[in-house]
Amino acid sequence: MRCGRKTAQIAVIFASLVLGEAPFADGIVSAQTPVPPGQALAFDRSKGNCLTCHEIRGGNAPGNVGPPLADMKPRFPDRNELAAIIFDETKRNPLSVMPPFGRNLILTHEEIESVIDFLYTR
Amino acid sequence: MPRVMSVAIAFLIAVLARPVAAADAVNPDADFKAFRDYFTKRFPNVPLNDFVNGPYSMDAELRKQWQAIDDFPPYDFAIDRGKQMFATPFKNGKFYGDCFPNQGIGIRQNYPYFDDKTGEIVTLELALNRCREANGEAPYSYVKDEMASLTAYMAFTSRGKPFDIKIPDDPRALAAFEKGEQYFYTRRGQLNFSCASCHVQLPGEHIRTEVLAPALGILAAMPIYRSEWNGMGTISRRFVTCNSQVRGVPLPPQDELYRDVEYFLSYMSNGLPIAGPGARP
Repeated sequence: MRCGRKTAQIAVIFASLVLGEAPFADGIVSAQTPVPPGQALAFDRSKGNCLTCHEIRGGNAPGNVGPPLADMKPRFPDRNELAAIIFDETKRNPLSVMPPFGRNLILTHEEIESVIDFLYTR
Repeated sequence: MPRVMSVAIAFLIAVLARPVAAADAVNPDADFKAFRDYFTKRFPNVPLNDFVNGPYSMDAELRKQWQAIDDFPPYDFAIDRGKQMFATPFKNGKFYGDCFPNQGIGIRQNYPYFDDKTGEIVTLELALNRCREANGEAPYSYVKDEMASLTAYMAFTSRGKPFDIKIPDDPRALAAFEKGEQYFYTRRGQLNFSCASCHVQLPGEHIRTEVLAPALGILAAMPIYRSEWNGMGTISRRFVTCNSQVRGVPLPPQDELYRDVEYFLSYMSNGLPIAGPGARP
């Protein structure tokens, strides 16, 4: 199964090289290693788009509206707290400009969990 | 973190200053003062007239890049085209200039204005299309190059003239101002942004590589050539695109509410010089 996914990714990379397009969502420094799904969601402009406002190791040209997303595990030992922020930060801070990813159906619950998996590696 | 906090506190003060001043009635003067104070206190090193330069007033590196291209501004073709359009008669022999005070030269700073006969806000773009229709010509798209060329030329002949928007003591004018102000501060779209989220709360901050422009003076440089658009954009195009970018449903260009927003924003920029047409990344 792993092998099959990897083969598929290589095929995608090859196809996109042929087509002359960036292999994955923009902002990713290297496509040499497989991109975890949470990272793809976090960098994709049409999905999580975290990079637009947050610096994240491995992402190109980040914005600076929000704090850098680093040391996430020690900073947010409670996974539910991170999930709540992504779901709707305006609940905690009405002035926050962070889009309510869960409440406004920008990301599904599964996608939010996937993004958290990725953030815990940063 | 302290910076974020101070931004939040300053914003709260700005927001709270409005209801206090306007508890009973719309008070454009008080709102003007609160708005002006908010920006000048938050950016004490930005000269007042420099706010019209948008992101360049906030970011030294970006300003350098802008100055490097300013010898051959990318909007020059639009000014030339607009000038030519002004010099070309309609089929009935009349000209654009015949529809405007002073033949349309050096008057951009007076738009939008409240028309006391119809009770509505008249923007420059609306006045240009009404001019065309009054002379038997089909109106132009509000978001395309022809309209941008006309407003580019009219802005160019008005450069340096301070915004001079008037709100007469007429309940309809005050209502238009208030509706525009409410629209500006209301969150919308799937991404849940108001106009103010970016242009009051976050001017100078980066979203990816883009530097957000301050709301103060933001219409003074319109229309703009945007590299991102690979072309010119009118005020209508800017409003529609902003709404789309936050995944909201844009209003039709020159909808009454968009005109009210333009009235509100332009009044807030009173005294700042016209700088259009502009160039933005």
